[in-house]
Amino acid sequence: MTALIDLLDRLIGVIGLPEFLHYVVLTSIKIVLVLVPLIIAVAYFTYAERKIIGYIQNRLGPNRVGWYGLLQPFADTLKMLLKEIVVPSNASPFLFFLAPLLSLMAAFAVWAVVPFSENFVIADIDAGLLYVLALTSMGVYGVIIAGWASNSKYAFLGAMRSAAQIVAYEIAMGFALVGVLMAGGSLNLSAIVLAQEGTSVLGWFVWPLFPLFMVYFISGLAETNRAPFDVAEGESEIVAGFHVEYSGIAFGLFFLAEYANMILITALTVIFFFGGWMSPFAGIPGLDGTFIGQSSFFWMAIKMAFFMFCFLWARATFPRYRYDQIMRLGWKVFLPVTIVWIAVEGVMVAAQIGPWAA
Amino acid sequence: MLATYAPVLIFMVISGGLGLVLLFIGLALGKGQKDPEKTSPYECGFEAFEDTRMRFDVRYYLVAILFIIFDLEIAFLFPWAISLDQVGLFGLVAMGIFLAILVVGFVYEWRKGALEWD
Repeated sequence: MTALIDLLDRLIGVIGLPEFLHYVVLTSIKIVLVLVPLIIAVAYFTYAERKIIGYIQNRLGPNRVGWYGLLQPFADTLKMLLKEIVVPSNASPFLFFLAPLLSLMAAFAVWAVVPFSENFVIADIDAGLLYVLALTSMGVYGVIIAGWASNSKYAFLGAMRSAAQIVAYEIAMGFALVGVLMAGGSLNLSAIVLAQEGTSVLGWFVWPLFPLFMVYFISGLAETNRAPFDVAEGESEIVAGFHVEYSGIAFGLFFLAEYANMILITALTVIFFFGGWMSPFAGIPGLDGTFIGQSSFFWMAIKMAFFMFCFLWARATFPRYRYDQIMRLGWKVFLPVTIVWIAVEGVMVAAQIGPWAA
Repeated sequence: MLATYAPVLIFMVISGGLGLVLLFIGLALGKGQKDPEKTSPYECGFEAFEDTRMRFDVRYYLVAILFIIFDLEIAFLFPWAISLDQVGLFGLVAMGIFLAILVVGFVYEWRKGALEWD
């Protein structure tokens, strides 16, 4: 990756742009190098979702377009682009179009601070985790504005539910991250991964922080409005929730943002708890020099793929929670668990016992 | 220092631009007739009963207020969590007192039923 970036750097250098423009162009290329795979990943995540849930429910899933249905995502995209965008008569046009844009921007821009490997991260900022939290909170605005601007009852109710749920689980998520920060000692995502380096798999934060990992991942499900927490969508009662009035690519943007957010949650889970790009086989003699023993982006991708599978697995397995049950789980179970764990961890870190004995 | 944040800005511009381009393609390609029935808000085929901007459950508001309290708490915890190995016992005790006060508030909310949904 570094070699490729260096090559691009020199190629752009040939044109002889001023330094500022040179920097902008190079960064833009890097961003495209992240965004295009991300969009393809989103496309094939939807395919994987339909296929995996299909097999779990003893069906075939999409199998008509292309070999084994592999071209299905492209057919869907084309169809969405060609469909008319219906703007409801009572809607506020400006807000109606602002909402999907806002959702998409928030969902994509977070990826700027995600470290894909030791030396590939677009913006290596020190307040990386704060930035992630800030932008994931921005997603709520997209939901609320969409529900309000549609001027439809289903959309409005869906937006209220969705916003309350996202906001409630963000607390649990934030507390879980405080635990990660205590262990990692930095807000920079790369530094958090590097703090898990060392001996082997045992250095990963998932072992000392297991309850926080569970809280974080389940909150991630709730945060992205995924089953079993998908009352905001609730197709059997409020049809589709906040985006019921959206059609065509305007709906497509919400869809893109939602799935990009899901992939983001898996990426962050891997970074915070599972050693990011590090190989689980590091430190085993004989494997050190080989591909499996080396830290690389591929390990991060494999770990992310596993958690993405868990997202789909959860959807195929669990029945939907009731709304009061969702709220109870967020406020009365996750919050106390995380507060207790932070207190325990704080004492352990300050007293330098357990895994934090420096 | 601030220069490290420049890619973030470029990223936001590019992703916003991508969204705009997609929207414009959608608006340009997807032509259809306007029809008052078609553009009326979706309500299972009924005529819309009343205004959408209706009254809604006050508990959503309550959740929002609780969110602000606890989110601020998290904002206070972040810098403490990073510097815990430097602030030592003093920092631990100070945060312990802070958390204890908040836990009292949390228990009060719980007992008052602010966390119940029905």
